[in-house]
Amino acid sequence: MKEKVLMKGNEAIAEAAILAGCRHYFGYPITPQTEVAAYMAKKMPKIGGTFLQAESEIAAINMVYGVASTGKPSMTSSSSPGISLKCEGISYLAGADLPALIVDVQRGGPGLGGIQPSQSDYFLATRGPGHGDFHVLVFAPASVQEMADLTGRALHLAWKYRMPAMLLADGTMGQMMEPVELPEEHEAFGTDNPWAAVGTGMKRPHNIINSLELSPERLEEKNVERFERYAEIEKNECAWEEYRMEDAEICIVSYGITARISRNAIVAARAEGIKVGMIRPITLWPFPAEPLLAAADKVDSFLCVELNMGQMKDDLELAIRCRKPVDLCYRVGGMIPTSDEVLDHIRALAEGGR
Amino acid sequence: MADHEIVIAGFGGQGLLFAGKVLAYAGLLEGRELSWLPSYGPEMRGGTANCNVILSDTPVGSPIVQHPNVLVVMNAPSLDKYEPLVAPGGKIFVDSTLVTRKVERTDVDVFYVPATQMAADRGMHDLANMVLLGTVLRETGCVGEETIDEALRHVIPARKAHLFDANKAAIEAGKGYVSAA
Repeated sequence: MKEKVLMKGNEAIAEAAILAGCRHYFGYPITPQTEVAAYMAKKMPKIGGTFLQAESEIAAINMVYGVASTGKPSMTSSSSPGISLKCEGISYLAGADLPALIVDVQRGGPGLGGIQPSQSDYFLATRGPGHGDFHVLVFAPASVQEMADLTGRALHLAWKYRMPAMLLADGTMGQMMEPVELPEEHEAFGTDNPWAAVGTGMKRPHNIINSLELSPERLEEKNVERFERYAEIEKNECAWEEYRMEDAEICIVSYGITARISRNAIVAARAEGIKVGMIRPITLWPFPAEPLLAAADKVDSFLCVELNMGQMKDDLELAIRCRKPVDLCYRVGGMIPTSDEVLDHIRALAEGGR
Repeated sequence: MADHEIVIAGFGGQGLLFAGKVLAYAGLLEGRELSWLPSYGPEMRGGTANCNVILSDTPVGSPIVQHPNVLVVMNAPSLDKYEPLVAPGGKIFVDSTLVTRKVERTDVDVFYVPATQMAADRGMHDLANMVLLGTVLRETGCVGEETIDEALRHVIPARKAHLFDANKAAIEAGKGYVSAA
């Protein structure tokens, strides 16, 4: 086993991206993710990579588009307001079927909002961040270890499926330090990308990277083909973790920092004899609907714990086809529920069930 | 060993995050489960700041400390905010140079350490945090004495390596201080 190091979540993202072979980072500073850029600024010049502080978030995402067109891995990171700005570029990446990694360390919104942790970009991330019919892969880390591991996985799957991937973290995950075992250095993607625009050597037709398609017939075909790929992803790439679900009567569904808080509440509730467990989505798109639907046959109720007004609750109710009631425990605006608050919700559900 | 759920709170600039980092790094060296969570944002420039450190033998759930069993306060607003939240039987460490009021709770152990004055008397301005850390180490045993030196060497940035001895001396002063209560 490799030695563990103590790192902030934001630093773990940066180091893991480098270990996965990413040598191009473009960004613009914003709290609470600036450590990603700071780490890249220090490290990239030393390893022959590129760190570039762009003039804006929009410039940064389009630089990512440029590097992605050559088949090379590149990434950008920001926090909620900056991600809004990047949405046009993300839509273009999706339209041109280009792989890239976008990191969103969420803060409270809408608008400039605040700088404290939030999960209020759930809809933005999971519904395709930008105009048009598309998805991006969305990963929700719940530890500094997962900040590192899922960064590598996101890059790998972005290349495998030729689409943008988003790491959807929050201010707490970005700022906290935990021991982390860094992944081995590995190439997360193919070095030979037959679609890349890297020069023909006068030996093959041009590769054209473009999201413009003026023929409706051809554009329809492209959209349909893309959704066939999405169906494959939904079948193969869902990731989740189950905790104390063996005999659970109440199922908490939560991701990121709120899943960590819920874990404490579950331990406390179990000590009171309440049978509660958790299904923690690790991928938010594709959403792990299958294990949730299976759980709907066993539990009495669900409790969604989020730092937004219940955005994932919609996906949860769809996944379980409204077979069981779904309650919501939330705080917003940068506020975070205590484990006691979650415990109170669990108690109320347990009372109601008796 | 029981979990140590630690809150270190005061003004930005007092080295609260640094003191927490030393504890976290010592925990790492001892192979313990741990988390370190800072407050961030404008409070880092003079407002009220804090850091949460959890040292445990089992995986850490929430990194947010709700009921600390070790509280270190370096200003009055932090004592007001965190005193009611301390777990019964917990330990409160007060920089009594900066916080003049007494702790009202009777179900906790309290240690008044004039850390800012002690640091100033020794010509170690800005090291009141390490003085308090010394008392915390003595009273809680949350990390071993021998790992603190190595943790300090890791956490002090290379350009400030010459300050190791002063930090160490501040910790020793805090370890040796006996509260008048």
